[in-house]
Amino acid sequence: MSAGHRYDAIVIGGGHNGLVNAAYLARAGKRVVVLEKRHVLGGAAVTEEIYPGFKYSVCSYVVSLLRPEIIRDLDLPRHGLEILPLESTLTPLPDGDHLVRWADHDQTRRELYRHSPRDAEAYDDFGKLMYQLAVAVKPILAMVPPDPTSLSPKDLLGFGRLARHFRGLGEEQFHALFKLMTMSAADYLDEWFETEPLKATMSASGIIGTFLGPRSPGTAYVLLHHYLGEIDGAMRAWGFPRGGTGGVSESIAGAARRFGADIRTEAGVAQVIVKNGKAVGVALENGDEIRAPVVVSALDPKRTFLEMVEPKDLPDDFVDAIRRFKIRGSSGKVNLSLSELPDFTCLPGMGPHLRGAISISPSVDYLERAYDDAKYGAFSRRPYMDIIIPSMIDPGMAPPGKHVMSIFVQYAPSDLDGGWDETKREAFGDAVIDTLAEYAPNLPGAILHRQVLTPWDIEREMGLTQGNIFHGELTLQQLFCMRPTVGWADFTTPVRNYYQCGSGTHPGGGITGASGRLAALKILGGRPR
Amino acid sequence: MLRTTPFHSRTAPLCEAQNWRRWAGYVTAGSYELTHDREYHAIRSSAALFDVSPLFKYEIRGRDAVRFLDRVVTRDVSKCVPGQVLYTPWCDEAGKVMDDGTLSRLEDDTFRLTAAEPNLRWLLDNAPGMDVEIADVSDSLAALSLQGPNARSILGSASDGAVDGLGFFRLTTARVKDVSVTVTRTGYTGDLGYEIWVDASDAPRLWDVLMDAGGPYGITPAGILALDVARIEAGLILIDVDYVPAHRAIIEDRKSSPFELGLGWTVKLDKGAFVGRSALVEEKRRGPEWELRGLEVSWESLEEVYTEVGLPPQLPSVAWRTSVPVYSQGKQVGYATSGCWSPILKKYIALAHLHASHSRPGTDVHMEVTVEHQRRRAKARVVETPFFNPERKRAAK
Ligand SMILES: Cc1cc2nc3c(=O)[nH]c(=O)nc-3n(C[C@H](O)[C@H](O)[C@H](O)COP(=O)(O)OP(=O)(O)OC[C@H]3O[C@@H](n4cnc5c(N)ncnc54)[C@H](O)[C@@H]3O)c2cc1C
Repeated sequence: MSAGHRYDAIVIGGGHNGLVNAAYLARAGKRVVVLEKRHVLGGAAVTEEIYPGFKYSVCSYVVSLLRPEIIRDLDLPRHGLEILPLESTLTPLPDGDHLVRWADHDQTRRELYRHSPRDAEAYDDFGKLMYQLAVAVKPILAMVPPDPTSLSPKDLLGFGRLARHFRGLGEEQFHALFKLMTMSAADYLDEWFETEPLKATMSASGIIGTFLGPRSPGTAYVLLHHYLGEIDGAMRAWGFPRGGTGGVSESIAGAARRFGADIRTEAGVAQVIVKNGKAVGVALENGDEIRAPVVVSALDPKRTFLEMVEPKDLPDDFVDAIRRFKIRGSSGKVNLSLSELPDFTCLPGMGPHLRGAISISPSVDYLERAYDDAKYGAFSRRPYMDIIIPSMIDPGMAPPGKHVMSIFVQYAPSDLDGGWDETKREAFGDAVIDTLAEYAPNLPGAILHRQVLTPWDIEREMGLTQGNIFHGELTLQQLFCMRPTVGWADFTTPVRNYYQCGSGTHPGGGITGASGRLAALKILGGRPR
Repeated sequence: MLRTTPFHSRTAPLCEAQNWRRWAGYVTAGSYELTHDREYHAIRSSAALFDVSPLFKYEIRGRDAVRFLDRVVTRDVSKCVPGQVLYTPWCDEAGKVMDDGTLSRLEDDTFRLTAAEPNLRWLLDNAPGMDVEIADVSDSLAALSLQGPNARSILGSASDGAVDGLGFFRLTTARVKDVSVTVTRTGYTGDLGYEIWVDASDAPRLWDVLMDAGGPYGITPAGILALDVARIEAGLILIDVDYVPAHRAIIEDRKSSPFELGLGWTVKLDKGAFVGRSALVEEKRRGPEWELRGLEVSWESLEEVYTEVGLPPQLPSVAWRTSVPVYSQGKQVGYATSGCWSPILKKYIALAHLHASHSRPGTDVHMEVTVEHQRRRAKARVVETPFFNPERKRAAK
């Protein structure tokens, strides 16, 4: 990279991927600056104290697939990363019963047995198969996707490596993989289990962040993600980060700074400066210009290509492909400050179930109905919810004796009939609380403060187009060498020296840091391991 | 029959795992929950409460208390002011470690010594001609250890801030609600923490008061399994695991000097005569043959040996306590005696005895790992201990 500039590279966006990218570039000796629009770092991985004394993991709330190699390369523990166990999943049921999956295998099996002796056994077989598949699929997360339309040796080699990963699979595993790629989560789980809340709660992982229901084809594949996290289970790459998910971003920022990166907040970028088809710097919203021979966008593909650069600087078919890239928002978030713990009718009082996840997903029909509302432009009257009580895991999230609750909600369509406004947002918040009160009647009376985020808010505040939590749906046609579009899945763009590293690139959304890392390795010209 | 501690009426109903471990003739909880994970994380992120009553405790008082103790332990007791605590080993005549513990100066001529093994006879044997009384208070004195970043807030809220200004390795008397206790800012976790010494008859009440005050701060009763991981991270050695007490060693080779155990800093050769001094002077001159160091096992190397059998690395979430060979260029240069996966550092770590020739931090060695019944070797690097040493451990506030 050339001399004469203050920086070798500019990273637009201080979300966790932008920070990871900057940290790797700085670690390689590059002079890097990160430009973040908001007053805090982290993007969708952020902790904010909106109500005094109570800390919200505003958007994302658990880490699942944070890449262990990043934790090691950047020595994140040294910068404060600490991931606490989040071990159980409770599914309360409308009839007063419940289903819990605990950290202890025997305890879970016994609980499943109570619902279905067959399922209790199938659960182990299912777990083994998924684990084997996850081992086979995992290396994909660490590779730069090859270009399927290219005959270059590098791309062919990439596919060769991919083939090698799968050749090791037995027939049963291969068939299962094929089914996962093509079936709906509900159908796939029907082949294994009969317990409704089990199927519903498991299939929910397939619909998170998508505009699909549990019965939509293609949702089965995401079931694998859970088991991918399991491989790194001992490494504990998943759980609740101490201090909220902002703690993850802060630790990455700490590492980046230690390697010498400059990180600026309240430094929104208006435009990438392109000269002769080459990115040469950026213009800030305040009018300043910063020049550097490399510009990396950690924003979503719509912003990266339709806002940061002029369409004239991009090929038409590419612009079309990015316009077609599906980024509908479907999720909302409700954060609560509580004066006391929720008391669940199905498991009254304080107990270990309050230290794990709580899933409002009593049946597949329930989820599908929640989706039906959204399909026709409304938010779910009775939504799917994935809840945790961060203060039960990390007491520092709330004042002593008080609590915070994080409620991830689906569905809240970005293109709500008639559009979102403040009244509709609060109506959505009410639907969430009302639904939850059916299971924990004391909840409404315990609320000291409530923050409701719809896709509309997520877009306006966090800068995620249409509020899509993953910078674009994680459906098969938008993954791997097609993320964000064929031919440009290797973190380069049609504009020379302009790179992309947000969640809209391979391997996709979630707090993984993988995109940021792989893009940095690409920029540095190295080959990822 | 194994004995139960004065806290048993409180710990037993909480011990869901029924995982009890032997400790000096007592039973204490191995883990309360079915897995010890959360108990470990409480040490590092909120606060963990341990029953450490099985420690041996001796009260030593009298005009010659300082002179006597200076004769017995390796640290310089005359420099220990009332209200101060010393960590110290003690040795036999040959300068080999017999035991280690903490020594609290309660008053001008009153001390309390903790030990892992019974030491009364040995103490008495060293006392002739001195004006000291030595009392075994092991049974009458119960003890809890409260460890973790929230320990100060919890203890503070239950004692009107009596420990707020208490420095590292200092002690104070306090009233925790209505219970009279001695508090030392000590522990076996390498974290911010306190040990609370209480009359055995008040033990259940102390437990209740602390659990009550600690609720809002995430206090978590924790057992030996969690403690074992934390103490390895803190680089703290364990008797009978990382060393054999000299008087129990059947063969000479099993004995270790303080220098060989990384405790050279506790040996005050210029304080005058003490048991083992001449041998230690000699050893210091020669340089120790062995040194205790940390090992960090290379993840890449571990991944390699596991990938060969088609598995991701299998990590020891429960600390192991066996002897594991350490090699350099195919030759054995030492052995690790305890190791674990460190959840906070996200590293596989071990404590190892290494030949002085291979003990320099930064040296690359290999540690044996058993992968699918096969003995393999993974790369490891020699490092200084503690592995984990947060500022809050010593911080004033
Ligand atoms: C409600 C919600 C819940 C979620 N839950 C989870 C979860 O529990 N677990 C999980 O793993 N994942 C979860 N996710 C997904 C995960 O948080 C995201 O995929 C991930 O954080 C995205 O990281 P990123 O760095 O790619 O992008 P972002 O975090 O979106 O970062 C982009 C950054 O760019 C900044 N920016 C935007 N425009 C400009 C500009 N013009 N100039 C400068 N800066 C700009 C933004 O402010 C932002 O900081 C959730 C997401 C949401 C929204």
